[in-house]
Amino acid sequence: MNGYYFSILHGAVLTVGVSLLALLVSIVLGLLGAAAKLSGNKLLVALATAYTTIIRGIPDLVVMLLVFYGGTIGLNHLIELTGSKQHIDINPFFAGVLTIGFIYGAYMTESFRGAILSIPKGQMEAAWAFGMGRVQTFMRITAPQMVRYALPSFTNNWLVLIKATALVSLIGLQEMTYLAKQASSATRSPFAFFLFTAGLFLVYTTVSLYALRKLNERFSLGAKRGTL
Amino acid sequence: MKWYVIFEPQNLALYGEGILTTLGLLFSSLGIGAVLALIFALLLTGPWAPLRWIVGAYTYVMRGTPLLIQVYLIYYGLGQLEWIQARWDAVWPWTHFKEPFFCALLAFSLNTAGYTAEMLAGAIRETSPGEIEAAHAYGMSRFQTMLRVVLPSAMRRTLPAYSNEVVMMLHATSLASAVPNMLDVTSAASRIYATYYLPFEAYLAAAAIYLAASFCLIGFFRFSEGRLLAYLSRRRD
Repeated sequence: MNGYYFSILHGAVLTVGVSLLALLVSIVLGLLGAAAKLSGNKLLVALATAYTTIIRGIPDLVVMLLVFYGGTIGLNHLIELTGSKQHIDINPFFAGVLTIGFIYGAYMTESFRGAILSIPKGQMEAAWAFGMGRVQTFMRITAPQMVRYALPSFTNNWLVLIKATALVSLIGLQEMTYLAKQASSATRSPFAFFLFTAGLFLVYTTVSLYALRKLNERFSLGAKRGTL
Repeated sequence: MKWYVIFEPQNLALYGEGILTTLGLLFSSLGIGAVLALIFALLLTGPWAPLRWIVGAYTYVMRGTPLLIQVYLIYYGLGQLEWIQARWDAVWPWTHFKEPFFCALLAFSLNTAGYTAEMLAGAIRETSPGEIEAAHAYGMSRFQTMLRVVLPSAMRRTLPAYSNEVVMMLHATSLASAVPNMLDVTSAASRIYATYYLPFEAYLAAAAIYLAASFCLIGFFRFSEGRLLAYLSRRRD
């Protein structure tokens, strides 16, 4: 009986891994998406808008099943075309990380775009006047200030992302939800195992909330707060 | 791509049945959830501290754990408890815990109630003090002030956030496919995938259905926000 709890704890490590890697993917995609939306280039704006609108209109689970099952068949078709007889199975870990990252990249795009727009235009103009290039302006001026504006919606996205990792169990990744389900069908005591897993998720979200609040305080040090 | 498979009558019927289940789950869980959310929001902003704590803990747990686990807890988990086992063969309402639709509906309703209660409670707390003072000046009691002044405006101000929650719930209903014997849009797609081995066509069709439903819901909320929140929008000079 205790062995099952240990294996669920083991799965919790995998959950942390999936969510952190997916977060990384989503931040990269979010920055690219925000850059595309603010670029003023019609094609890029249209592409980024299509990305955020479509992804946010479809359930995470459907995107995940599409990528996992569709991706497997698509890849194998491509391999057949090259004449090789090898069969490839997509690893559920990578499928999960990429899909969750791809989905939450769309949400991150919106929060980063809003954050960049909240920075007074004069800041960037001043940087250009100093002769900084686009990359330098972003690294030195935009990014550090963006963090403060982006953090509230970033926190929301992160909490939803953590919970979305439970869906990866449905495509066969052996993270804690999957292991809890296995343990419950093996021992016929599902209630305890699911409650334990729910508790682990709660710990994870609570720790994240605390850490992000500290981070928010750190990045808001110089900001004046309006008092009524 | 073999799109014609999707348009064969029996497969279209499968999607049709899926749409009915999905919409049925969505609207009934939203309805039950809204009633619960109203009660919870009133308790969250009410004068009884122990009730505030209890409801606060409830919303924290509901919002901090994945919906999938909540569905599993209700569908697989409750059946383990002897107290329920002793009753679910004969005693109403426990007989319903054997039905997958009821279990999914219960999980979704409790979940959306947690999220909506926090939104509504936030809007109630943000009601401008002047409005409440004016109500008191007219001699309205606490109850009357709540019913006539605070709630009508707070519920309207919750609309923008609530429209997000409704679209999220539409997407959440896809988790019903994790419960055996449920036929929502996602499980319809999974069945077609399993029968014909056509993942792209099956899931893309489901995605298109969800996308269309999302747009309809968003359009409806834009329309109602325009009407109900007209007094908050910027005046055109």
